[in-house]
Amino acid sequence: MENTCNLCAPLGACIAFKGIEGALPLLHGSQGCATYIRRYLISHFREPIDIASSNFSEASTIFGGNKNFNTGIDNIIKQYHPSVIAIASTCLAETIGEDVHRLIGEYRTSHKRPKDLPLLFFASTPSYKHSHYEGFLLAALAALQALADHRSAPRQRLNLFSNLIAPEDIRHLKEITDDLLLPSMIFPDYSDTLDGVFHENYPRIPQGGTPLEYLRSAPKAFCSIELGYILNSAAPSPGEFLRNLFSVPSLRTGIPIGIRQTDKFFDFLTQIAGKNLPQKYVDQRGRLIDLYIDGHKYLAGKRPLIYGEEDLVVALAAFATEVGMKPILCASGGESGQLEDVLRKQLGDLFPSDMRVAQGVTFDDMKNILNDNDLHPDLLIGNSKGYFLARLWNVPLVRVGFPIHDRIGAQHLLSLAYKGSSILFERIVNALLDDAQRNSSIAHKYM
Amino acid sequence: MPAVPQFLQERNRQILTKGKDAFDIVGGQPSLAGAVSQRACVYCGSRVVLYPIADALHLVHGPIGCAAYTWDIRGSLSSGPDLFRNCFSTDLREKHVVFGGQQRLFDTLCLLIDKHRPQAAFVYSTCIVGVIGDDVPAVCKQVQLLKNIPVIPVMAEGFQGSKKDGYRIACDALFQLIGADDSKTIGEFSINILGDFNLAGELWMLSEYYRRIGIHVVASITGDGRVNDIRNAHRASLNIVQCAGSMMHLAQRMNEQFGIPFRKVSFFGIEDVADALYQVATFFHNQTLIDNATLLVREELSNLLPQLDVFKNALHGTKAAIYVGGAFKAISLVKALRLIGVSTVIAGTQTGNADDYKLLKKLCDDGCILVDDSNPIELSEFVKLTGANLFIGGVKERPIAYKLGIAFCDHNHERKVALAGFQGMINFAQEVYNTVSSPVWRFTRPHLAP
Repeated sequence: MENTCNLCAPLGACIAFKGIEGALPLLHGSQGCATYIRRYLISHFREPIDIASSNFSEASTIFGGNKNFNTGIDNIIKQYHPSVIAIASTCLAETIGEDVHRLIGEYRTSHKRPKDLPLLFFASTPSYKHSHYEGFLLAALAALQALADHRSAPRQRLNLFSNLIAPEDIRHLKEITDDLLLPSMIFPDYSDTLDGVFHENYPRIPQGGTPLEYLRSAPKAFCSIELGYILNSAAPSPGEFLRNLFSVPSLRTGIPIGIRQTDKFFDFLTQIAGKNLPQKYVDQRGRLIDLYIDGHKYLAGKRPLIYGEEDLVVALAAFATEVGMKPILCASGGESGQLEDVLRKQLGDLFPSDMRVAQGVTFDDMKNILNDNDLHPDLLIGNSKGYFLARLWNVPLVRVGFPIHDRIGAQHLLSLAYKGSSILFERIVNALLDDAQRNSSIAHKYM
Repeated sequence: MPAVPQFLQERNRQILTKGKDAFDIVGGQPSLAGAVSQRACVYCGSRVVLYPIADALHLVHGPIGCAAYTWDIRGSLSSGPDLFRNCFSTDLREKHVVFGGQQRLFDTLCLLIDKHRPQAAFVYSTCIVGVIGDDVPAVCKQVQLLKNIPVIPVMAEGFQGSKKDGYRIACDALFQLIGADDSKTIGEFSINILGDFNLAGELWMLSEYYRRIGIHVVASITGDGRVNDIRNAHRASLNIVQCAGSMMHLAQRMNEQFGIPFRKVSFFGIEDVADALYQVATFFHNQTLIDNATLLVREELSNLLPQLDVFKNALHGTKAAIYVGGAFKAISLVKALRLIGVSTVIAGTQTGNADDYKLLKKLCDDGCILVDDSNPIELSEFVKLTGANLFIGGVKERPIAYKLGIAFCDHNHERKVALAGFQGMINFAQEVYNTVSSPVWRFTRPHLAP
């Protein structure tokens, strides 16, 4: 395995946990897992990201980690006073067979006033089984399993399961549902916790996150929408969970990038809201089409390499093909086995006949697939870990997704809906123009 | 001054205020569960030390995360091969956890060695490998015989201790290479540099100083490292050890086995750099070397000091918080900061020991808070308590500083700016100046606005 484009499951879990109001994540395992994941997330979001560890020792590995688990919970409560301690397992805890549900139960019963304790819940996320994307979805599922309460009163609310997207994207989704006067729970909502404003006093647990009350009453929402066609093929998605257990109707659409995918998303929303598309979005859509026209010739026939989580790849490919690009390769570390089918369905007649699709691959595999066939992309669209390939081929990289470690502002990259698609379209065209300008012997001031 | 905040009681003996607390910090204790330590794991310690060996294959035997998070993690530069900048993993899956990963390791190793033709391979054993019972040393031995290159197991299961234990394991791995070759031509006055990782080309600056003095660097361990240089390292006359926390064990083993003496040095800050050069020159009892060193230091200083004065005037009154991995770096930083008019009000490390903290205590001013194995809550409270307006640390400390609205200078291994040597001192002063003097702080501390 050379130069992976997958990360481990507990990392994804921590991102989802950061989307829960008042939550502090705890990784049950070695200290390094928490520290590495903090470092990795901080480098993308550029926010303080506190993740506790039960800090396994040799003794805990042999005799079990219950003592460290209990001490860990005690110390988190003392230091952070969280409403929720969201626990994910590491490979080590899973391999030695830790029963975290039992540990939670024992901790609660041994406590004098269990009612005063924060909510403790657990997502099983061994990374030998799952990638970061699945870890993210499993953590979201675990939060719902722990919190969803069928005794809640019915709510006039939509559950919007928003996928692994940028904080700015989450904010835009909120703006959209607000504009449609559609009360919504967006989950996981880390738009504030992972993209905080500057305060004179910074809180130990950042403000924001999906309110616990919303998660509790999620079974009483009138409908769920999930963004992502593939999600986690090995476990129920949050929407499926609520549908199977509580009969909440669940709709699924893609991550809305480009006209076609965003239209689908808005169709769902306007139907649910019983309203026409607000003028603001009619205009944004119109401007996006106008922009497509302005820029289409710069993109005609361009051959991007698109990579990332499977659902992001579908969204980016749907977008790229509708503006005239012909992806040379769509690649993901994800292993659902569904990527090509979903791409064929969503791209329809715009699926380029010579487009390659590769799943369960590494960056090195991507390189080999193209080099072995004497192919050369015109640009890369994906996270910053592919930068070395962009450099190899001397082509631009348009940074989308996670992680972006070599630029600032990853948390503000809006790519969703008509407005985000406009920004992404401009970034792609301008990256190509910039590249053409740089590589020209003439100082063109007009492109 | 605000009330002293309460921290975790079990950590009381790891925090002291100079001039107030009579006890000494011991250091080296395991981190407390749930404390949100800034430390990493044993594996991390081994991985960062061995990482810069440029022509070796570094294969992480475990699930994908451990390899992914250490992919191209350091700003270490190579003057030649860049095999080390790839991410190689056996990517263990559930079936390997159930049935064992030895075959997977064997196959991956052979495949990668055939493909990349490295000079040696390091195989890092991660947490679960110890638990599922893979015999990593046996596989390494087998592949070594088959492929005829050193294949060295690095038994660095993360849970075994802390990052510092990983350093020791890395030293033992390196030791397996040393003494294996005698082919390199060695100069009359020769040293190895231990514990410089060639961040932003720092090693090259240091090697150039020694070249000017007349001293030959046999092996740099591990910055811009080469397997064959390390195999010849036993033939140098002296080991100089920077980053003593990570490399002392190797220096000691080389001393025992090959009789090579060592000197602990630091290349951060003028005093320490000059001292590192003089120590080596005087070791050889050769007047030419001493004269060369004197001349070099004089030349460099005459160029440097006037430039530093400018920064010193501008930075006067700045109060620094230091939280770094190793104590030797913290000690150098206190001195280097003093040179540019900055006082240290918080000094902490992840891996310092009792002696380190005694030295730090001696060096710091009264009122300075010393802390071992700290965490975000403590660090942020200390900043508020002391009024520090500059933080020196790494990636995990940066957002703490920025959220508190104070300046930050990166002194960790991801950095791309050379901070060692004489030029490094200027760069450091410039870095500190750039952040401290930025007008952006007017918006975070409106009362300071003109």
